[in-house]
Amino acid sequence: MIGKWFKKNKVQEDLPNYWQNYSKSFEEKLPEEITRIRFIVFDTETTGFDFKQDRILSIGAVRVENRSIEINDNFEVFLEQTKFNPETVKIHGIIQNEKFEKISELEALKKFLNYIQNSVLVAHHAGFDLKMINKALSRHALPKLKNKVLDTAVLYKSTRIITNLIDREKVYSLDEIAEAYNIDLTDRHTASGDAYITAIIFLKLLGRIKQKKPLTLRDLFKIKN
Amino acid sequence: MTNSIASRIADFLSNYPPFSLLNTSQLELIAGEIKVMYFEQGQTIFSKDEKVHDYFYIVQKGAVDLQKTDQNQEPETIDKCDEGDVFGLRPLFAKENYQINAITDEESVIYAIPLNVFKPYAISNPYVGNFLMESFASNTRNPYSNEQKGKLFADEEDIVLKREALFELQPIPIIKKMVTVSPETSIQKSAILMSNRKVGSVVVVEDEKPVGIVTDVDFRKVVATGKIQINSPISEVMNSPVICYSKGLTIAQAQLTMMKHNINHICITKDGTPNTKVKGIVSEHDIIVSQGNNPAVLMKAINRAGSTKKLKRIRNKIMILLNGYLKSNIPVTHISNIIFELNDATIKRTIQRCIEKMGSPPPVKFAWMSLGSQGRKEQLLHTDQDNALIFEDVPEEKLEETRAYFIKLATKVTKRLNIIGYEFCPAEMMARNPKYCLSISEWKDQFSEWVTTSGQDEILLCQIFFDFDISYGEVKLTNAISDHIFDILKGNKNFLNRLAAQALRNPSPLGFFRQFLVEQDGEKKDLFDIKKRGIMPLTDAGRLLILEHRVKNISNTSERFEKLAQLEPNNKEIYQACAYSSRALIKFRTKQGLKHKDNGRFINLEDLSKEDKIKLKRCFKTIKEIQELIKVRFEATYYL
Repeated sequence: MIGKWFKKNKVQEDLPNYWQNYSKSFEEKLPEEITRIRFIVFDTETTGFDFKQDRILSIGAVRVENRSIEINDNFEVFLEQTKFNPETVKIHGIIQNEKFEKISELEALKKFLNYIQNSVLVAHHAGFDLKMINKALSRHALPKLKNKVLDTAVLYKSTRIITNLIDREKVYSLDEIAEAYNIDLTDRHTASGDAYITAIIFLKLLGRIKQKKPLTLRDLFKIKN
Repeated sequence: MTNSIASRIADFLSNYPPFSLLNTSQLELIAGEIKVMYFEQGQTIFSKDEKVHDYFYIVQKGAVDLQKTDQNQEPETIDKCDEGDVFGLRPLFAKENYQINAITDEESVIYAIPLNVFKPYAISNPYVGNFLMESFASNTRNPYSNEQKGKLFADEEDIVLKREALFELQPIPIIKKMVTVSPETSIQKSAILMSNRKVGSVVVVEDEKPVGIVTDVDFRKVVATGKIQINSPISEVMNSPVICYSKGLTIAQAQLTMMKHNINHICITKDGTPNTKVKGIVSEHDIIVSQGNNPAVLMKAINRAGSTKKLKRIRNKIMILLNGYLKSNIPVTHISNIIFELNDATIKRTIQRCIEKMGSPPPVKFAWMSLGSQGRKEQLLHTDQDNALIFEDVPEEKLEETRAYFIKLATKVTKRLNIIGYEFCPAEMMARNPKYCLSISEWKDQFSEWVTTSGQDEILLCQIFFDFDISYGEVKLTNAISDHIFDILKGNKNFLNRLAAQALRNPSPLGFFRQFLVEQDGEKKDLFDIKKRGIMPLTDAGRLLILEHRVKNISNTSERFEKLAQLEPNNKEIYQACAYSSRALIKFRTKQGLKHKDNGRFINLEDLSKEDKIKLKRCFKTIKEIQELIKVRFEATYYL
């Protein structure tokens, strides 16, 4: 046990400064009230769905705090590509040499870590985006993200009424939820656009997940599939 | 770092003044600094006497009520902002605290625009500044800003205030489009002038002061009858002296004055006496038209509405009308009928517009059915939309193609109804669901299946689908369904018994000590559920008994009981009590809903006066009695 703990600590010390800073932010405890928590709602666009083969094309994120989104504090990076999958271009429209200012994968990760710090991460079908980022981190010999994560797909399902008349096993896409919540779908399939739509959905969900007492972070994490 | 979200926001802003007056790069700069805020329904954005924020606001989605408080501290709506409207402009012009409350009328997304970012544009661009100044003056429209209002609108042709609160106390709409003539002008010339300007009256003036007035009625009475020749001077036929008032006149005062003097025009002068300059004229007709909240006017507006947004605005007016009706104690049956017709027209208009948008006409005839409370004509407040679609039978190979058309149509319709204010049905009981968008034969099979395999879910579906009303389309289709239902129910005592058991599942809402049964847990703990415990037991009972009597085409609960009273004279008293209770409970729910801006379903008992509680208890006694009747009538046969 102790040996393992030591080993882990040693690894930490070997890690670069930006990771140390990121890691340090978790020493601060998160507040319980939802309104005081910093949520980062994010989305990644990738070359495909294979965690080994495919790469991240872009990451978009917005900050949600006290039921508001500050537009001047959003996050958007496009990554340099070595791998190119012409199939997915149809979906996200990012073509290899298009005129976006692009940065290296490592640079993007550094910026992302610095942006998110100890925030609670939110994404739609969060498992996918999280794994993509963790895979990228491991390519640069970095550990996995330490943040708490919420999935809007899971939260949404919990707001649906319990009845045999609707399929309870249904997996809801971002488009379906946006449709149900009457959210415009321009800018779909850009990381930033999707992150923004997810953020609006997340805000609406917070209003709909009703409890006896004011909603706390713990309540949100209790919601499981 | 690029910011594609900011461009999206800039795109939105560019559609609405004052932002539409700025160029793209300016807008992107502003958009990049905006705060996107989310509010649930009924939340306060700012309130009176609060220190002004560093932002002003624009509604992106939803609606915001601007309210002032009257002498009794009761909030009164002075304006409603919806998509694209700016509000909270006070800090741009003054440092003092907010004078009004801004409260969300529905779930809303609001963009907060930082003053320090925006102010330079307001100063450097005079159009932007002017627009905001006008907006500010109209939003804070209240007795104190009367002078400002006068200045801003002085040059306009008609002044029609869009204030929608208590109609009678609003200032009158002054129609400035008037014709003035001197006393010497001939009757003929005056009439020509009136015809050209399409007005119904002419004011006779000397030195701009009103000395007389001539209306269409006078032409009919004294000119056309030949009493006076058309080349005589107008002064011979004019009514004098002229009844004058100043601009502050309210609609109620104007109506009273017209009644008292038996006239239908009032002259507005500078100081309210005939000794000052004429400012305008008010006619009875203009008052009626400006009344916007008059059902006939609203109906016309619905049928002419060219956009969903317009329909939504009209819906808001319908709610104000409803509120007014309830306050003046107009009978619920009458209110229900009017509101039902307006709702129905809104649905019809929406479907009509969506068919136009489909690009091709419907492949076969169809009917749009409203289910549940709208089907029963009991939907006063916005509640969920429950609907379904029937289309004519088509050859097998065409079936899916035809269904696809109607699902696409239904998707468009339900989406727009949602924007107007009808929430999506949480159980997806909507015409866009392939399960409820069926051909006539499929529907017949579906009903047969529900009736024969009636488990708990099927009974529930029957209860919802048995109360349908056609909203649009071919009435033969819905009639065929009604006939089919009666065919399959013929001799099916078993089904009716099960329906009876279901109707008794919510027992009388009074506990042993005659206290109210409130919700035991969950979010609504300690609240009284008037729908589940009051309205539903009556609705279920009414449906069951009317099915037993095989009466078609009455889906309204209170009408059903009235009919039952006729059919079973020996139970007349209890059925009439049920009819009364049904109306009373719906009124209760509606009042609660309007007060709390929700669907009125859950009532906090502490909110109720003693009188209300007694009234409610009387209704519940009736529920108990009707449930006893059902128990005896159906359980007896169940064990045979």
